[in-house]
Amino acid sequence: MEFPKDLKYQKTDEWVKIEDDIAVIGISDYAQDALSDVVFVEFEVEVGDQVAVGDTYATIESVKAASDVNIPVSGEVIEINDGLADSPEILNSDPYGEGWMIKVKIADLEELANLLDAESYEAYCNER
Amino acid sequence: MTEPRVFELSVKERVGFKFPKSDVPNYPLPDLLRRESLPLPEVSEIDVVRHFTRLSQKNYAIDLGFYPLGSCTMKYNPKINEVTARLPGFSLTHPLQPIDTIQGNLYLLFKLQEYLMEISGFSGITLQPAAGAQGELVGALIIRKYHLDNGNTHRTKMLIPDSAHGTNPATSAMAGFDVIPLPSDEHGNVDINALKELCDDQLAGLMLTNPNTLGLFDENILSVINIVHEAGGLVYGDGANLNALLGITRPGDLGFDIMHFNLHKTFSTPHGGGGPGSGPVAVSKNLIDYLPDPVITITEEGDEENPPLYGFHTPRRTIGRLKSFHGHFGVLVRAYTYVRMLGAEGLRDVALKAVLNANYLCSRLKGTFTLPYDRTCMHEFVLEGVWKDVPDIHALDIAKRLIDYNFHPPTNYFPLIVHEALMIEPTESESIETLDKFVEAMQKIAEEARSNPELLHDAPHNTPVRRCDELKAAKDLVFCCWPTSSE
Amino acid sequence: MYTPHTQHDVEVMLKEIGAQKIEDLFREIPEKFRFPKLNLPEPLTEMEALLELEEISSANGTTNEMISFLGAGAYDHYVPAAVDMLLRRGEFYTAYTPYQPEVSQGTLQAIFEYQSLISVLTGMDVSNASHYDGATSAAEAVIMAFHSFRGKRNKFLISKAIHPQYREVIRTYMQGYENIRFVGDEAQINLYQDIENLISEIDQNTALVMVQYPDFFGRICDYREMVDVAHKHGALVAVAVNPIALGLFTPPGEFGADIVVGEGQPLGLPLSYGGPYLGIFATKKELVRKIAGRLVGETTDVEGNLAYVLTLTAREQHIRREKATSNICSNQGLMALASTIYLSLLGKQGLAQLSQLCYQKAHYAAEQISKLDGFELVYPNQPFFNEFLIRCPKPVSMINLAIEEHFIIGGYDVSKDYPEMKNCMLVAITEKISKEDIDTFCDVLHEVTND
Repeated sequence: MEFPKDLKYQKTDEWVKIEDDIAVIGISDYAQDALSDVVFVEFEVEVGDQVAVGDTYATIESVKAASDVNIPVSGEVIEINDGLADSPEILNSDPYGEGWMIKVKIADLEELANLLDAESYEAYCNER
Repeated sequence: MTEPRVFELSVKERVGFKFPKSDVPNYPLPDLLRRESLPLPEVSEIDVVRHFTRLSQKNYAIDLGFYPLGSCTMKYNPKINEVTARLPGFSLTHPLQPIDTIQGNLYLLFKLQEYLMEISGFSGITLQPAAGAQGELVGALIIRKYHLDNGNTHRTKMLIPDSAHGTNPATSAMAGFDVIPLPSDEHGNVDINALKELCDDQLAGLMLTNPNTLGLFDENILSVINIVHEAGGLVYGDGANLNALLGITRPGDLGFDIMHFNLHKTFSTPHGGGGPGSGPVAVSKNLIDYLPDPVITITEEGDEENPPLYGFHTPRRTIGRLKSFHGHFGVLVRAYTYVRMLGAEGLRDVALKAVLNANYLCSRLKGTFTLPYDRTCMHEFVLEGVWKDVPDIHALDIAKRLIDYNFHPPTNYFPLIVHEALMIEPTESESIETLDKFVEAMQKIAEEARSNPELLHDAPHNTPVRRCDELKAAKDLVFCCWPTSSE
Repeated sequence: MYTPHTQHDVEVMLKEIGAQKIEDLFREIPEKFRFPKLNLPEPLTEMEALLELEEISSANGTTNEMISFLGAGAYDHYVPAAVDMLLRRGEFYTAYTPYQPEVSQGTLQAIFEYQSLISVLTGMDVSNASHYDGATSAAEAVIMAFHSFRGKRNKFLISKAIHPQYREVIRTYMQGYENIRFVGDEAQINLYQDIENLISEIDQNTALVMVQYPDFFGRICDYREMVDVAHKHGALVAVAVNPIALGLFTPPGEFGADIVVGEGQPLGLPLSYGGPYLGIFATKKELVRKIAGRLVGETTDVEGNLAYVLTLTAREQHIRREKATSNICSNQGLMALASTIYLSLLGKQGLAQLSQLCYQKAHYAAEQISKLDGFELVYPNQPFFNEFLIRCPKPVSMINLAIEEHFIIGGYDVSKDYPEMKNCMLVAITEKISKEDIDTFCDVLHEVTND
C-alpha cells in the first residue's frame, strides 16, 4: 500500500497535494483498495462552487459500496477531472496521479495544519 | 444451456392468444397520439409455456431444498394457502366495490387484524403496508407525527443499532430523522451505557430488532425500552424475527410502541422470487389515531340475527394513505389461512421448533466455525466464515461451495458487525435429517478449505451459470434486450 | 402443523444442545411475559380451513355474478390460463430474492424480460424490477426528482387529474422532507383547464411535473406542449400510465417523458380486492443511477456464458443505509413475472386486439349511456380510452344502490374525491363486458332514474 510522502491526508481517506495556492485532491490507495473496482464517479460540485471542509464533493460507486468523498480544504472549485466519467477505474489503477479528482483554490492556508502527514496517516491505516 | 430471451423466440405473425371478436359497432380512433409501432414479441402459446417452464427449472426454491437464510425465515409455503387466495369469491372482487358486496373480504381483514394484535400484544393495527420496508416507514412517520403533535419539534434523533438491517436507517432518513448508530456490547446486547448517553431531549425513538440480527434476545430488553421511554422517546420493533417469539412472548407486553410484521417471513406467505410481501404494523393504544388511512372496523354492531357490518375508518390523526386500496389482500388471505390452521398451539410450536433447530445447528457447527457470540440463540445465529489458518478463504467461497452440495447459501456479510458473517436460520420446517446433511456439508467444506481450496474458489460447479461478473454488469449496464425484428 | 419433529427427534436434538426441554431455551425472556396464553380460535384442519374460507368468500358479490363497471385504478381483464398455471410452479413462487445468481437464473431472466417488455411498451430506456403499485411508484418518482436536484428545487406540480389515491400517497411519502410544495391539484382548479394551469405554474423552481395518461377521468390528453415548457425550465416530467392503453396510443417515451410510472395490474393480475399489484417504473438512461428498487443486468459468468444478476446494488438500502434515496427492499417479483408471461403470450397482436376491444366497447357504452334521459358525457369532445365520466340525473350513490339489486356494480362515484363533480360516475369497460351487458346497464340506469 502506498502513502506518498509529499502529500497530506484526511482520516476519511482523501489526499491533498499543494501546488502554490491550489489543492489537488483525490482518494488514497487505502480507499481504492477498500472500495475495490470503481464503476462510477458522481460529482456533487461544479467549477466555481465554494466548498468547506467536510462537504461531500463526490460519490464513488463500486460493486460493493457507494462512498461519499469529502473536502479536506475550503475554497473554490477550479477544476474537475472529466476523465473519470469514462474511465472510473483510473481511481483504482492510479489514485495519486491520473486519478486526481478536483482542484480547489485554497481559501485559508492555515487549514492545512489540520491534515495528517504520510507517516501519521499510514499509522492510522495500520490500526484499522 | 442458455435459454433464449422471449424476444428471440418471436416469429412474425405468430399468435399466442386470441380475444373474441368485437360485438359493438366500429368507432374511429383519434388521429392524435396513435401508436405507430408496438414491437412486442409474437410467440405461440406452446413456446411461451416451454420458455417459462425451462426458466423455472433454473431456480432453486423452498419446494426443492433448504434455505438457511438468516433473517428471511424461508419456511414451507403451505399449498392450501394458494387455493384459498385464488378462490373466485376473493380474486374477482374489485377494491372499490360497495361495502355490502364485500363483507366477506372485510370480515377476513377484520379478523386478521384481531389475530395479529392478539399474537403481538398491541391495540391497533394496519394491514395496508406492502412490505416490511413500507411498514417501517409507517412506524417512522407515526413517531414523527406523534412528537410534532406534542410540540416536540426538536426530537429529531433516531437510534439504530449497528447490527440493524439497512432498511432501518434508510427509512429513518426518509422520515426526516438523523440516524444515530447505537453500539452493541460484547454479549450481543444493546450497549446500555451508550444508550443512556444518547437518550437526551432530542431523542425521537429507537428502532430495535429483537431478537436482533445476531439471533440473540436482548438480555436487558425491559431496561432498554424503559430508558427510551423515560427520555420521552418511542420504541419501534422491527418484527422480521418474530418467528422466534410466536406464543413465547408478545412485543407489546415487553413495552414496544410500534411493530411491523413480515407476513412473507413469519406467516408463510411465499417469497415469490422477490415479492410480494406484506408488512402490517401494530401500535399501542396511544398511537392508534396515527395509523394509515383506512383501517377496517365494525361500523354497525350485529345482534343474534345479523352479523356486524364491517367498513372503513379514517384514524383521527392519520399519517395518511400509504398505497392504493387496502393492502396486499391476496397475501393477507394466505396469512389468515395459516393462522386459522395453526391456532395458538401451532404458532407456539413454530417458535419452539424454530429455536430448537437453530440451537441444534449452532451446537453442531460451533466446533468447526467461529461463533462470535456463544449464547443460547433464538431462531438464527451468526458464524464467522473465515479461518486464521486459511486466510484466502472467505464467507463468499463457503457460500458458493454450499451450492455444490445442493443447499442455498446462508445470508452472508450481514450483520455488518461480524467479520465475514454467515447468518443461519433453519426455520421450524426442516427435519433433523436435513439439518444433519447441512452440518455434514459445512464440515466437508471446512475440510476442503484446507485440503483443496480451489474447490471453494471455483464454486459453484454444476449450476446453470457459474460465478458471475458483477463488475461487468455494473459497468456495461445492459438492462433490456431489444426486439429482434425491425418493426 | 408443518413441523416434522417426532418425539425422538426432539430428544436427540435436546441432548446435543444440552437442554432438558425446549422451553429451557427461552430463559432470557422476562419471566413475567413468557409463554402468554393467546386468545385465538381453535386450529382447523385443511378441509375445515378450506370450508371456512369458501364460506367467507361467498359472502362477497363478484364479477362472476355481477356485471361491474368499476375501474378507477383496477380493471377486470381476462387472465389467460397459462399465466396462472406457470405462476403456480413452486420453482417460481417459493424462490427467494435472486441474490445468488447461480441458482436464480429463472427469476433473473424473467425479470430482465419484464424490464425489456416494459421499456418497449413505455418507450423508455430502462425499467426497474417493479415497485409495490402505481401509487408508490409515483411517490418514488417524486423522491427521484427531489434527489436529482439535490433538494435545490422544491416545487412539485401534480395534476388534479391524477388518481386521488396516488396524490395522497405522494404526500404521505414526502411528509418527512423539508420545504416541499405540491401545486396543481387544489380544490379550485378547473378540470377543463388543468393542463393550462400546470403549464402556467412551471418555473425555475419546479423539480417535476406529473400527469396521468389516460388520466383519472379516462381522457387521453396531448401533453407535448407541457413537456416542452417543463424541459425549457429544466424540470423533469413524469407520466403515470395504464399499460393497456399503450397498445393503442403513443407511449410517453415518444413525447418526452423523463419518468413513466403506472399500475401494472391490468397486465394479467386478478382484481384480488386491490392487491398485490404491480408498480411500473421506467426512465431514461441518464437517470438510471437514481432509480430506486431492484435492477437486473446482463453479464457473463466465468465460462463466458450469458448470465443475469442484480446490479447497481450499491445504491440500495442494504449498502447505502441512511444515504440510500429510498428504503425499498422487495419488488413485486411474482407479479412482475405474471405480467411478463401475460405480455409474452398476448404479444404484439394480442395487446393491440385487447386495446381495440376496450376502446370500441367503451365508446359504444359512452354513446348509449349519453343517449339516456338525464345522462350526459362530462367531456364529450375529449378522446378517451376505456373509461369515461358521465353526469347522472341523481347522485351516483343512490343510483349504484338501486342497480345493485339488478346484479350490476356501477361506476365509481367521483364526488367522493372531487366534491364539485356532483352526480358524476366514472364508467370503465374491459373486453369482458359484452354489448348485451352494456345494453342491460342502459336499461337499468333508465329504469332507476325514471320513477
